[in-house]
Amino acid sequence: MNLTTKTLLVLAALALAACNNPRGGGGFGADGDGFGNGNGFNDGGITSGSLGDPNDPNSIAHFQQRIGDRVFFTTDSSSLTEEGRSTLSAQARWLSANPQFDIVIEGHADERGTREYNVSLGERRASATMQYLISQGVSSNRMRTVSYGKERPVEACPEQRCWDLNRRAVTTIAGGGRTS
Amino acid sequence: MTRLFVYLTALLALIGALSTAQAQPLRLQITEGVIEPMPFAVPGFVPENSAGNEYAQPLARVVASNLTNTGLFREVPRDAHIARVSSFDASVSYSDWRAINVQALITGAVEVSGNRMTVKFRLFDVTSGQQMGEGMQFSGSTANWRRMAHKVSDAVYSRITGEDGYFDSRVVFVAESGPRADRTKRLAIMDQDGENVQVLTDGRALVIAPRVSPDGTRAVYTTYETGAPRIALMDLASGQRQLVGDIPGAMTFSPRFSPDGRSLVFSAARGGNTDLYRLDLGSGQMTQLTASSSIATSPSFSPDGRQITFESDRSGTSQIYVMPATGGEAQRISFGQGRYSTPVWSPRGDLIAFTKSHAGRFHIGVMRTDGSEERLLTASFLDEGPTWAPNGRVVKFTREARGGDPAIYSVDITGRNLRRVPTPGPASDPAWGPLLP
Repeated sequence: MNLTTKTLLVLAALALAACNNPRGGGGFGADGDGFGNGNGFNDGGITSGSLGDPNDPNSIAHFQQRIGDRVFFTTDSSSLTEEGRSTLSAQARWLSANPQFDIVIEGHADERGTREYNVSLGERRASATMQYLISQGVSSNRMRTVSYGKERPVEACPEQRCWDLNRRAVTTIAGGGRTS
Repeated sequence: MTRLFVYLTALLALIGALSTAQAQPLRLQITEGVIEPMPFAVPGFVPENSAGNEYAQPLARVVASNLTNTGLFREVPRDAHIARVSSFDASVSYSDWRAINVQALITGAVEVSGNRMTVKFRLFDVTSGQQMGEGMQFSGSTANWRRMAHKVSDAVYSRITGEDGYFDSRVVFVAESGPRADRTKRLAIMDQDGENVQVLTDGRALVIAPRVSPDGTRAVYTTYETGAPRIALMDLASGQRQLVGDIPGAMTFSPRFSPDGRSLVFSAARGGNTDLYRLDLGSGQMTQLTASSSIATSPSFSPDGRQITFESDRSGTSQIYVMPATGGEAQRISFGQGRYSTPVWSPRGDLIAFTKSHAGRFHIGVMRTDGSEERLLTASFLDEGPTWAPNGRVVKFTREARGGDPAIYSVDITGRNLRRVPTPGPASDPAWGPLLP
């Protein structure tokens, strides 16, 4: 499933490179490596899937570009903002309409904290995100969480605007069909 | 008493430094306050056969560099030397060394046959005109020539300060490469002075925050090889590793050894809550130590194994706590302004080193184990994760300049002698091992 995810996310990154990121943040490359592995392309089992047309409400492209695959947090907080809840509600509707997809929720922190505390903080953000999706009817069986702490910034600059983008929880689509 | 940025300290009381007829042993006491570093000389070691030539100067250079890097000693350069040491057993021309204000003289010799070498040294108190302690010799493989120079340095340091040295020790750390947003991190090990770097993992999985076992044979660290944080235990000699401390449904991280090396304490995060657990490495038995709806992480045992210090945000922001090693009531010990993280108990048991962030700056500091006498040793854009020298006199930590790469630094617990440890590339998360046997 790792490679499926990676493939999908690499494709997603390519697709997004050609479009405008609705969040204006760019830099999806970091999230592309959803499992922290650098060069895992040495075994088989790679499946690929179309991201589809973002105008198709059931496409992954629509999920990532129109709904938004991420929510943001304030410093040292795991409380969802109003905007975040609205994004997650739309994610939940998409997930209900597309039950063949599982998701991995990645929690991230900015670099203004110590490494291990930030792993906990990222877990708390991922967990808050998952709890909200559960409240919106998404089955917990379809979701798992991972915290990257401050290890995978989406924007690496030592400034507030980057830290704001790095304090995030990203919902990644983990491949099509749970038979894989 | 809390004092910010106390960069003073380390009183080098030079007992017997006065050139009186009454000869007192050369002595350097590391307490508080600053006096001039003690001047020493270390001429090139005497090669006792031609094969020894190659090591004669390098051995002396490593010893000189170790002593100088403590900030407690100052080398009198070789071109100022009057006396020439051409034989290890020749008598010392004290007056020639006194004339250039040398107080401690280290002489050495080296003999090499094949890939074996023997290194000898003597330490002299120039002021009183006496040898200090007996001469010593070390034998071993030429591949370990730096270690022998470190052992000479440890013996000299120990005789003059009365404390154990820390030169013949190694540091496990994280070697970083690649773009910030998709960093490759490999576990690595080096000598305490940054030499002899060996990389231990292939970089395919992100690794963070290693710690070394009390006997220096194993490391524990957090790895993302399964896709989520897990704890790996590695045998450093063979490189063999295994995942330990699995708690289904939880991310496990922040491991540290108990002082007897038989168990780990670590964090497990699930459902937005991070608690501490203890794992008996022999039986695999796990015990939950904290059960609070907050974050508890970065645990560290007291050297007697009876207590654990850790950080928790149960009060609202991250602060330092101490609790019994079996769990139970935790006492908060940090009460200053800002957030406190990564407490680490000193090997002497007297202090806890920590990371503090306040008003946009990060500091490495030390406090007594009851939280009193907080002293900040550093300040920068990002300093974090102190690790103690085996003798409890120096800490290494990660420093990241604004927009720069992380690097490993060391600083005395007096706040003096801040130095960057040279590494081949960006480096973070140092974990200082024990003094080697």
